[in-house]
Amino acid sequence: MDFIREAAPWLYLIGAILFILTLRGLSSPKSAIMGNRYGMAAMFIAVVTTFFVAENPVIWLILLAMAAGAVIGMMRARSVPMTQMPETVALMHSLVGLSAVSIAISAVLRDSYFGQFNGNQMAMINQALVAQGNHPFHAMSKVHQFELFVGCFIGAITFTASLFAYGKLAAKKWAKTLRGTAGFKMMQAGIFIAMLLCGIYYFMTGDLIAFALMTLLALAFGWVWIAPVGGGDMPVVVSLLNSFSGWAAAGIGFSLSNPMLIIAGSLVGSSGAILSYIMCKAMNRSLLNVLFGGITAGPAIADAGEAKQRNHRSGSPDDAGFLMSNADSVVIVPGYGMAQGRAQNAVKELANTLKEKGVNVRFAIHPVAGRMPGHMNVLLAEADVPYEDILEMDEINSDFAGTDVVLVIGANDVVNPAAKDDTASPIYGMPILEAHKARTVMVIKRSMATGYAGLDNDLFYLDKTMMVFGDAKKVVEDMTKAINGGGH
Amino acid sequence: MVATITIFVLAIFVGYYVVWGVTPALHTPLMAVTNALSSIVIVGAMIQTVALPVISGNSVVFNSINPVSLWGAFAVFLAAINIFGGFAVTARMLEMFKPKQKKGA
Repeated sequence: MDFIREAAPWLYLIGAILFILTLRGLSSPKSAIMGNRYGMAAMFIAVVTTFFVAENPVIWLILLAMAAGAVIGMMRARSVPMTQMPETVALMHSLVGLSAVSIAISAVLRDSYFGQFNGNQMAMINQALVAQGNHPFHAMSKVHQFELFVGCFIGAITFTASLFAYGKLAAKKWAKTLRGTAGFKMMQAGIFIAMLLCGIYYFMTGDLIAFALMTLLALAFGWVWIAPVGGGDMPVVVSLLNSFSGWAAAGIGFSLSNPMLIIAGSLVGSSGAILSYIMCKAMNRSLLNVLFGGITAGPAIADAGEAKQRNHRSGSPDDAGFLMSNADSVVIVPGYGMAQGRAQNAVKELANTLKEKGVNVRFAIHPVAGRMPGHMNVLLAEADVPYEDILEMDEINSDFAGTDVVLVIGANDVVNPAAKDDTASPIYGMPILEAHKARTVMVIKRSMATGYAGLDNDLFYLDKTMMVFGDAKKVVEDMTKAINGGGH
Repeated sequence: MVATITIFVLAIFVGYYVVWGVTPALHTPLMAVTNALSSIVIVGAMIQTVALPVISGNSVVFNSINPVSLWGAFAVFLAAINIFGGFAVTARMLEMFKPKQKKGA
């Protein structure tokens, strides 16, 4: 027992190294599986070590809580469909946040509990603690209080903000997008400042009510902070909250002086920050603009576009299937519409059918396609589309000009040529998949409605573009049938 | 204090370089696994799930069920959902990315 307690820093070090290797593994799909196992091993080492390090732990209560959490976590992990990954990840972020808050509350209550004893009583208690092989009680230092405060308020913001993001991604009624008016922004700022003031007051006096108020205000802030952000900006928000959950863990790690928590928290924090950066860059927007700006210019321009009443060409799945089966090369551009319509398996069937006809079929993925980083890749992987057939934006963009048919499935803004040549467009400068350069473009869409940015898309009105309206899954299945039935 | 901040800053650098090496196709599994990693707060939660001393007469007894241990256990519960759920869902996703019997490119 004492042996493990003394070896604990070494064991935590091994855990931290394994955590780094976990992320390292994700550089390729092959090494990633091993990486994930390193992560599990690290967590196992950390938890077992902590049983010996903890002073006076209520082991049965810890085991009970762990078992309950394990059952719920495993059940969810097994049953969740891949199309629901974005909201699942958001929900998981919120749990980390709430966990950090609970730890902070527990730590604050513990200090105040010991604070009630007088000197003689403390001497008795410390004697009893030492007799058990534990350390005598020390109240938290100011530094630790401050670190705990940081962990708690980041955790609280992460909790409610992620909960809201979850609601929005899962299209729950209670997660209504609020308009980010000037008054609303004032309220956000007001809550944030009040939260900081309560935190400072707690820090100076150790007053429990100030701590509770600070936590409540942080919870409120998380909610009103994310509420005005639109659904299409969710890849940024989810990545950012990923980062936050890491910083919350690091904050708790500081207050416990536990390097493993600090290292794990920093790894996650920088991972989420990098993902947010990649997402923002792929939308040509700054983080501040996503979080506090909203797309204000969007609706006005969309109105102007609608007034013009432009002509587009539409075709049936049969026509589209015929064209594709006669092509040499087809590039499929999936977007959120494919996830929404759960069309990934139908798309895979279509790709295989075309390949059997000797058509070169590849997939082009825009970094912000879908609702979270890598969303499309997971769906296509689930449908067994070979990893080599899926190309990132930079890899495929130069090939569009030599491509016979581009099939756009439920994507809009990521193929909008206005981003390249219309300086007045709000998405001008955003890197896009250059589908408009292909010889023929086919777009599967429910209707002519605009994308989340509220922008009209010139791609839909080109002479070489054929719109195929309908449910993504149904249309793709019909295309496959047409190719198989019609022959050529 | 400086030592912990040193660890913090260096870990951010390590994270920065390691995460840029992650292939974009695996960004969703990355988020799921980092979720599990940040649930390392379970260590803090376990440390907080403690029995508190109560003075009864001339002796000290320890009380297992108290607000401190209950909040701690709640935090353990939440973190455990994430740890088991996070690693399991990541494993499930990575299984899908596994190359199927390599039939050429």
